[in-house]
Amino acid sequence: MNFQPKFDRRSFIVSSAAAAGGLCLAFRASAAIADAVSEPEVNAWVVIKPDETVIIRIARSEMGQGTLTGLAQMVAEELECDWSKVTCEFPTPGQNAARNHVWGSFFTAGSQGIRGSVDLVRSGGAAARMMLIEAAARRWGVAASECSAGQGKIVHASSRRSTTFGAVASAAAKLAPPTNIPLKDPKDWKLIGKDVKRLDTPDKTQGKTIFGIDIRLPGMLYAAFSACPVNGAKIKRFDATKIATNTGVKKIVQIEDYGVAVVADSWWRAKTALDALPIEWDDGANAKVSSSSIDAVLKEGLDANDVVVGNQSGDAKAVLANAAKTFEAVYSYPYQAHATMEPMNATALFTGERCEVWCSTQNGEAALAVVAQAAGLRPERCDVHKTFLGGGFGRRSSSQDYVRQAVLIAKQMPGIPIKMLWSREEDMTHDWYHPITQCKMIAGFDKDNNLIAIHYRISGQSIFASIGPSQIRNGLDPVTFSGFSAGGNEDAFGYTIPNLLVDYAMRNPHLHSGFWRGVTINHNAIFIECFMDELASHAGIDALEFRRKLMGNHPKHLAVLNAAAERGGWGKPAPAGIFRGLAQAMVFGSYVAACAEVSVVGNNVKVHRIVAATDPGYAVNPGQIERQVAGSFVYGLTGLFLGGITVKDGKVEQQNFDSYDMMRIRQMPKVETVLMPSGGFWGGVGEPTICVAAPAVLNAIAAATGKRYRTFPLQAQGLSLV
Amino acid sequence: MLRLSINGQSHDVDVEPNTPLLWVIRDTVGMTGTKYGCGIAQCGACTVHIDGIAMRSCGMQVNDAVGKQITTIEGLANNGVLNVVQQAWIDHDVPQCGYCQSGMIMAVTALLNNKPKATDDDIDREITNICRCGTYQEIRSAIRSIVAKT
Repeated sequence: MNFQPKFDRRSFIVSSAAAAGGLCLAFRASAAIADAVSEPEVNAWVVIKPDETVIIRIARSEMGQGTLTGLAQMVAEELECDWSKVTCEFPTPGQNAARNHVWGSFFTAGSQGIRGSVDLVRSGGAAARMMLIEAAARRWGVAASECSAGQGKIVHASSRRSTTFGAVASAAAKLAPPTNIPLKDPKDWKLIGKDVKRLDTPDKTQGKTIFGIDIRLPGMLYAAFSACPVNGAKIKRFDATKIATNTGVKKIVQIEDYGVAVVADSWWRAKTALDALPIEWDDGANAKVSSSSIDAVLKEGLDANDVVVGNQSGDAKAVLANAAKTFEAVYSYPYQAHATMEPMNATALFTGERCEVWCSTQNGEAALAVVAQAAGLRPERCDVHKTFLGGGFGRRSSSQDYVRQAVLIAKQMPGIPIKMLWSREEDMTHDWYHPITQCKMIAGFDKDNNLIAIHYRISGQSIFASIGPSQIRNGLDPVTFSGFSAGGNEDAFGYTIPNLLVDYAMRNPHLHSGFWRGVTINHNAIFIECFMDELASHAGIDALEFRRKLMGNHPKHLAVLNAAAERGGWGKPAPAGIFRGLAQAMVFGSYVAACAEVSVVGNNVKVHRIVAATDPGYAVNPGQIERQVAGSFVYGLTGLFLGGITVKDGKVEQQNFDSYDMMRIRQMPKVETVLMPSGGFWGGVGEPTICVAAPAVLNAIAAATGKRYRTFPLQAQGLSLV
Repeated sequence: MLRLSINGQSHDVDVEPNTPLLWVIRDTVGMTGTKYGCGIAQCGACTVHIDGIAMRSCGMQVNDAVGKQITTIEGLANNGVLNVVQQAWIDHDVPQCGYCQSGMIMAVTALLNNKPKATDDDIDREITNICRCGTYQEIRSAIRSIVAKT
């Protein structure tokens, strides 16, 4: 596979077959990198070169989740090209806007990369195939309906004539796009559902992949950046004269009222100078905030009256007041940093008339809007060139703050490309953190030991209060109740509880909060699944049996739970010293469950094995799904055991990987994935399974120790992951 | 001016002698396969070989690399033929985002050069690079496949 990311293609003319009215558009950019492409596109999705190379355009970002390959599979499935000839490129959000959003949304979050564009991308491939067939049929003077396509060739069977996609591509490009585009029945898929290898792997094994941090432009300078250590604070003053004559330093600039950048001829010189720059901050009232003060605010929310209801049936409060017995627990989940391996960075070139940015982003269109706003230019005069992402995990969809900063720096040095890079310390202390959240749960049993009511009271930070307050309606943050919904196709609660109340007290400390792989289901699944285990134990019933009794109305939830339990050996004797725990959830449109095996010796916890089961509806690339499952467990368990961002004097205390540790290979459990796509719906893959790892492991730890851990990370509770 | 030997080629660089080797490789020489992850020799994304030994280049001053053979990810392939670790990474489809994999491949290559029959314990002890995507299971499978063939 010869994969050549064409992120840097700077000047080309396209005949737009799929855009309404066969619009013809020309894009010119300030040719910082020139790589003109002459091959005409068949349509917006597909370019076929005379040498039969097939370039598939991918709108969504590739951050490791495999979306690029999955989407290419879906286009190629309908296109009927030769998969070994496929390469990909990223169109820009500017091109998308100019072409009436022909590629749909660029937003890559919420496990939407594939499921959010299934019809669009398949139609793109199918339309291109129809045009290629039509071009060949016209050349032969036969009806298109008598021709077929496969493996990059078009065949007219009755006359035994054949040609290749490359031979008719330029003729196909001149045809009007079809309006009626039938798609294959899933039973006829040949490429979707197949374990093809990722298209981006060869480059990634040779250091050839270009991430945002790797952009190099002629005449480029480097910027190091520092924002106030206390979020919401301001700059009082800084003494630029102290570093102005340092070797390589070109400029020291203030960014709005909260940041300082040093521009130099290398990033190391810029950073060294910035470290030596005396800066006085006005920390303001937030300097009084600490983890204990945040904890007190959330605790107050557990019993407050200013709440919104996420799900309810019956009358939980009244039933609990009269229950034969009740059981209560409070769980507490900390802030988490994304810590993408590639720290935040962006390269900006501002000329006065145009502004262009090269960056890793999960949201190209939001980045473009930020560029235009920061540059003070119309969006048509700006563009964003997406690179591969050195991790995203929601950080690069929560905020484009780093893009804005790069533009504001570049704006002060017109005509010079500026690559702004945050240090790891800047990255860790200025994140949009997983929201800190607590939950108080009260369950009631009748005199016959039947569970009759649960009240879940969530108290915690709202993500949308940070990233998009306008989307909070009637006090309701759209993602707070993930996993608690009463039915639906996205994140349905998997139990039928006769009297249920799930409500939420919003409490917003001063740190920014954002999407962190899995988002709120990370803590909600712990609340739901660990408490469910506690109730089973309280009732003296096996944890699987206890759940099954409540899951009769939720057959798909139950199916994955049963599958994980069976493969995990639930109910059978475990090896000596090994204890098991279960968890299930439905989120991002997929059903997931896990059965974990742990041993605990002293304070050392070893996670030996986790069996995961997932039903994502359709499975585009099973091998990649298995890798996402295993990888999501590393992310989730790192947060559970080792993570946790704390605050002192208003500042984030963790600075780097020495104080915010990460799981290593020695701590990796064996992960086995049971993939059970039941068809008929498109669920997500990158995120859903993350949420079952932590509760399954916690339930296994409780089985091993008899002790319930309800405050995280476990490291702070004295447990080590070995 | 300092003279460096990177992947068998000489590079004269005009930098402060205490500049971390990582930034000289990336910004001065312009080879971007070696990555910055932490700057404190914790994550291993910047791993290169110094005279065949895996070193975290963010924690090494450039003047300490003078007179030594520096090998980066770009120098592993021989006449376009990938080394066994790179090939195993492709065969096992190891990388996800791929950002840490240059350093990971450099670390594993050094491990297997020293211990062609590396055991799981060797892997656990010596491969301490961070992969935030969590590709550890595939990394172990890929290493095992190489060991099985030697």
